Amino acid sequence: MTISGITRRKVMTTGSAALLTAASGLIVPARAAGVAPTPSMRGGSNNYRPGASIVDRIGGGGFWMTGTVRRAGDGAPLPGQRIQIWAHTTEGHERDWDSHGATLTDANGEFRLEMPQIVPAFGQAHGHLAYDGDAFDTVFLRPLMASANDTSLSAHFVLQPA
Amino acid sequence: MQGVMLWAASLVAIAVPAAFALTSPLLQWRDPVYILAGFAGVVGMALLLFQPLLVGDHMPGLAGKRGRLAHRVVGAALVLAVVVHVVGLWITSPPDVVDALLFLSPTPFSAWGVIAMWAVFAAAMLGVLRRRMGSRLRLWRMLHSALAVVIVLGTVVHAVQIQGTMEPVSKGILAAAILLALGRVLLDRRVWALLPVLRQR
Repeated sequence: MTISGITRRKVMTTGSAALLTAASGLIVPARAAGVAPTPSMRGGSNNYRPGASIVDRIGGGGFWMTGTVRRAGDGAPLPGQRIQIWAHTTEGHERDWDSHGATLTDANGEFRLEMPQIVPAFGQAHGHLAYDGDAFDTVFLRPLMASANDTSLSAHFVLQPA
Repeated sequence: MQGVMLWAASLVAIAVPAAFALTSPLLQWRDPVYILAGFAGVVGMALLLFQPLLVGDHMPGLAGKRGRLAHRVVGAALVLAVVVHVVGLWITSPPDVVDALLFLSPTPFSAWGVIAMWAVFAAAMLGVLRRRMGSRLRLWRMLHSALAVVIVLGTVVHAVQIQGTMEPVSKGILAAAILLALGRVLLDRRVWALLPVLRQR
């Protein structure tokens, strides 16, 4: 029995086509579909204070920091996750301990902490948030306020299991 | 008369933004060290307006040798203002200043400020070493002028992007005046004509 259909030319062209397709990225390896983890932002960890305690409110309040915490991959909301929040506010500098506080996400993976009004510092009105627990990789965020007059700011975490 | 106008315009161009910066609502939420650091930046920017005018013989009453002496005094004050600005900010938030100095800052204006800082130090160092340059004064003037361009462009891009104690319109007018002053003196002096390549033509 002869394998009549396979010529040298057919092998070369098929092989080349396969190589070209793989190299061009048309064939991608199987990958966990869905939500990518949030990378830390530059400068996000500046003036971070490890172990800042969980509080009902930072200082006198009046400004709301809100956001969500989800798991990378399936995007499932993560309840009970500790998020530390700090900023330069009407009540203190970033480096002051009293400017720091932490809160836990609720059953829907949402957090919401009242704090003093954030004011522009170091050239931009911005806040800082950290996820620093053990179960997932640490993430530091540094969101900007669209306007210094805003009275709320939100930031969202997608965490990679550690 | 024209001289009086130039003096008056220059003083207004620095006094108005300085007055806004000294009465900014942001000050009530800042420590004295942070306030001093920020205002040192404003002072440094204001001094930049006079540097080209003084050395270019444009300030009546401070012509020629007196103008050049004033240029050196103002230059020394500029170095001091930059040092106070950076050290004060470092005391206020060390990691932010370390990020800036390493060109890792998230704020786009930081790198421009750091570039301008090094150019100020280099220009001042050249000023100190001028007499040792001997016969190479053409090279000296080219280097010093090039550094002046870096200082002015770096400072303007730095300052204009900052959301701080300076009021935006008066800050923009001061920035434009600084650019005009430097541009005028560079044109007057035809600094580029010192380039060997261009001189042969």
